[in-house]
Amino acid sequence: MTPLAGYLLVAALVFAIGLAGALTRRNAILVLIGIELMLNAANLNFIAFWRYGPHPEALTGFLFAVFSIAIAAAEAAVGLGLVISIYRHLRTTDLDEINRMKG
Amino acid sequence: MIVFAILAALTVAGSLAAVLLRNTVHCALALTGAFIGLALLFLRLDAQFAGFAQILVYVGAVAILVVFAILLTRGSETPATGVFSRTWFAGLVVAAGVFAVLAWTVLHSAVALPHEFAAPQVSVAQIGNALMGRYVLPLEIVAVLLTAAMIGAVIVAMHEKPGKYEKKEAN
Repeated sequence: MTPLAGYLLVAALVFAIGLAGALTRRNAILVLIGIELMLNAANLNFIAFWRYGPHPEALTGFLFAVFSIAIAAAEAAVGLGLVISIYRHLRTTDLDEINRMKG
Repeated sequence: MIVFAILAALTVAGSLAAVLLRNTVHCALALTGAFIGLALLFLRLDAQFAGFAQILVYVGAVAILVVFAILLTRGSETPATGVFSRTWFAGLVVAAGVFAVLAWTVLHSAVALPHEFAAPQVSVAQIGNALMGRYVLPLEIVAVLLTAAMIGAVIVAMHEKPGKYEKKEAN
């Protein structure tokens, strides 16, 4: 197995774990944690392809990963702000109980 | 190869614990472990800048933000009804299917993937030149996005004054 295939397998595993967390947990914060894990797995793919790809000096995959880290930070801030707002409104973060959009 | 195996095990164990543990605060701690493992994998891939950015942004900011959200919402109390949703089996099947397809694709295209390349020599000056040259437009857009996200998060989470709905409930 080439090193690149090893990194891609680890990224696929982390992505699947994050997807399972986002789909199976009740707590909204744990769902956000799962989404963060999926974004990180994508970043690992970008960096691995940049490192073993043919033109690393162009920095394409590397800078895509850096931008992706910045966007993930923005997503985490807004997502957790929404969770806090919903908790203040409905007194719960249990997604099985939050089943209406009416305030 | 041994170093890679240790780092991969740390990352996968951290993410598994972050998803499976019952106590939400423990989940956040395990998530920090997974982020550190991923940052070390970035360093192992000769992407020093991305590795340190990962540590600064994820371990330093996102993990703290998650802990804040957990403590502000009393999420550390384990609910009596269990931590997994009613449709957990379907979610597990979907995730296992996604992993099976990804792993099958990676293993079957392994011969076509590029093999060893010399480690790229990337200095911070080169990264700065690229950010100020070819990638200046995405950089500015990310700056606008971060400002908008910061203002939006503050407005969304700001304490709202009791509106007519809550007053009606109080009566």
